[in-house]
Amino acid sequence: MFKIVEKREMAGNTVCHFKIEAPLIAKKARPGQFVMLRANETGERIPLTMAGTDPAKGTIDIIFQVVGKTTALLRTLQKGDAILDIIGPLGKPTHVEKLGTVICVGGGTGIAVLYPITRALKEIGNHVISIVGARTKDLLIMEDEMKNVSDEFFITTDDGSYGRHGFVTDALKDLLDAKKDVKLVVGIGPVPMMKFVCKTTKPYGVKTMVSLNTIMVDATGMCGACRATVGGKTQFCCVDGPEFDGHEVDFDELMKRQAAYLKEERQSYDHFQKEQGR
Amino acid sequence: MAEKEKKEKIPRQPMPEQDPKVRSKNFDEVPFGYTPELAQREASRCLQCKKPKCIEGCPVGVKIPEFVNLITEGDFIGAAKKLKEDNSLPAVCGRVCPQEAQCESFCILGKKDEPVAVGRLERFAADYERAKGTVELPQLPPPTGKKVAVVGSGPAGLTLAGDLIKYGHQVTIFEALHKPGGVLVYGIPEFRLPKAIVDAEVDYLKRLGGEIKYDYVIGKVLTVDELFEMGYHAVFLGVGAGLPVFMNIPGENLCGIYSANEYLTRSNLMKAYLFPQYDTPIARGKNVAVIGGGNVAMDSARTALRLGADNVHIVYRRSKTELPARAEEAHHAEQEGVQFKFLTAPTRYIGNADGWVTGMECIEMELGEPDASGRRRPVPKEGSNFTLDVDLVVIAIGTGANPIITSTVPNLELNKWGYIVADPETGKTSREGVYAGGDIVTGSATVILAMGAGRNSSKAIHEYLMSKG
Repeated sequence: MFKIVEKREMAGNTVCHFKIEAPLIAKKARPGQFVMLRANETGERIPLTMAGTDPAKGTIDIIFQVVGKTTALLRTLQKGDAILDIIGPLGKPTHVEKLGTVICVGGGTGIAVLYPITRALKEIGNHVISIVGARTKDLLIMEDEMKNVSDEFFITTDDGSYGRHGFVTDALKDLLDAKKDVKLVVGIGPVPMMKFVCKTTKPYGVKTMVSLNTIMVDATGMCGACRATVGGKTQFCCVDGPEFDGHEVDFDELMKRQAAYLKEERQSYDHFQKEQGR
Repeated sequence: MAEKEKKEKIPRQPMPEQDPKVRSKNFDEVPFGYTPELAQREASRCLQCKKPKCIEGCPVGVKIPEFVNLITEGDFIGAAKKLKEDNSLPAVCGRVCPQEAQCESFCILGKKDEPVAVGRLERFAADYERAKGTVELPQLPPPTGKKVAVVGSGPAGLTLAGDLIKYGHQVTIFEALHKPGGVLVYGIPEFRLPKAIVDAEVDYLKRLGGEIKYDYVIGKVLTVDELFEMGYHAVFLGVGAGLPVFMNIPGENLCGIYSANEYLTRSNLMKAYLFPQYDTPIARGKNVAVIGGGNVAMDSARTALRLGADNVHIVYRRSKTELPARAEEAHHAEQEGVQFKFLTAPTRYIGNADGWVTGMECIEMELGEPDASGRRRPVPKEGSNFTLDVDLVVIAIGTGANPIITSTVPNLELNKWGYIVADPETGKTSREGVYAGGDIVTGSATVILAMGAGRNSSKAIHEYLMSKG
């Protein structure tokens, strides 16, 4: 059992932050790695990337958006409650090196995943430019955290309620036009966003890393649920990734695979909401 | 002499089982098991050979005539105890061992007649003891003060752990998943091996003093070297061969195409067949193809039927003679309505606009010369391509070695397929104090062979620990 030691609601109560006691994972985890989590005995296993760790206190941070049954159930948990299973750290850590100028682009809860990577890139001495985006002002998370680990910082909102009006890709394109020496773009967020980040950087020939959020079951390379086509080859995101060269990823296939259980997911969420209502 | 003749007149006792039409719709166990009367009648067929051959056929050397004789005499608890002297998981082995290729194939009765049903009797005794709730703990020797880390709680690790505890060592099992049993819990379906039995066997181990830690992916959260630093004196790697093999043919990443590992893990471990009471979903196909001919293929096909499929095809590239599945499993599948397409292999998958599989192009095969495995090699018949309508495909063509652990143990010798090189007699690896056994050494094999490997390694580890003073 893994105890929740801190709970914080974010983004108009649609996103939730847990600090969880998991000393061994906290000690071992590196930026880019994730955990699998099972809330209770009848629960499913879901992957969540760690937004941070505190090895001294023995805690890990996870940030999730309520999108269905399991995340809705998790949100009902309070400080002091426990999560039945947390497995990790899983996946390959981000390869962090000093390259020069890097641009970190985050959308939605992808910003939580992007944060530790951005920080690591900054700490090693890169010139870090960050672009964070959300649909609207209230949904933007971790603004201060991201700002603190960036040399230059930009915000976009789809509706123009905060920062620049438009998509992260608009800001990205302007930066790429203005700067000739960008060595790496890291793009993490919803799959359509990552796809368009890659489309934006492709003509500039700038290497672009993405973190793929596929469906996972065991996440130890045992089943292949998380497989994606990268560079024409099948890769297991849980062990070969989750980060890949975005210019090699078959995003259309990824989106279709992500939607495989939409009907069941809705059914499960309805079932849960009915139970909660009783 | 007269008595012996009379014994041979008793036919092998069949085991009552669920009607195929009924059982293909539920996940309850197919055979009901022997009643005490049936068990005694079957046991009485045993000739009690002076030099019993059957024992040679058992990888853990169960004293078969002795436990069978106890059943004949009506001492069922005594029979279970006798079994447990050599086999820590008799209720499992009695169900899933391929007895026809092991103990029963050596039975002298089998020469003229049918062999004694050793597996069914083993199952009976273990079930009887469990049902009576009289599972007693053996007397343990004084603690040796030695600690052993067992990585993986499958049949190899469980057997080894049980043995080491009985030698007086302190044992901790590290399991990556959230439940114990390895393939017994994620792979073999409820209708073949009820999970309550696995739980009971693991519970027995815990009562003996064994410790199990779940959610520990060794290689990630802790390395083998760190286990030694933590004070373990020896490490056993029984992590299995859990890497699914795909065919790398076009369309394989369409939705509705599962590895058997994923399909069975969803259904068995995550209980997706009970969705939405359990949260994990599973695709319920109407027309299903399972690629492969082993036990895993049979388990997948029979699971698909129980999840409501109208048509389930086993698509196997060789012929019926070469089927690697146990005859009994293939027979059960056939009885339940699974259809077999022999000498057939998929060449590509066809999908719709949503990315779901709708069809499978296949090619027919004929058998050529024997290959390295000694089986006749399937050769594609030019121009024999045809399309099968499918909305769910399960690929069950085997598994490989998962590198998560092996790649994080420095100086651990691996063979070219990534399996650990270990002495077959002792499980000793190239690293001092590190032993390995089961599928991670041999590649995919059977439950009982993994248990045999665990048994052998336990002796070797015990000697190693005691030699270190």
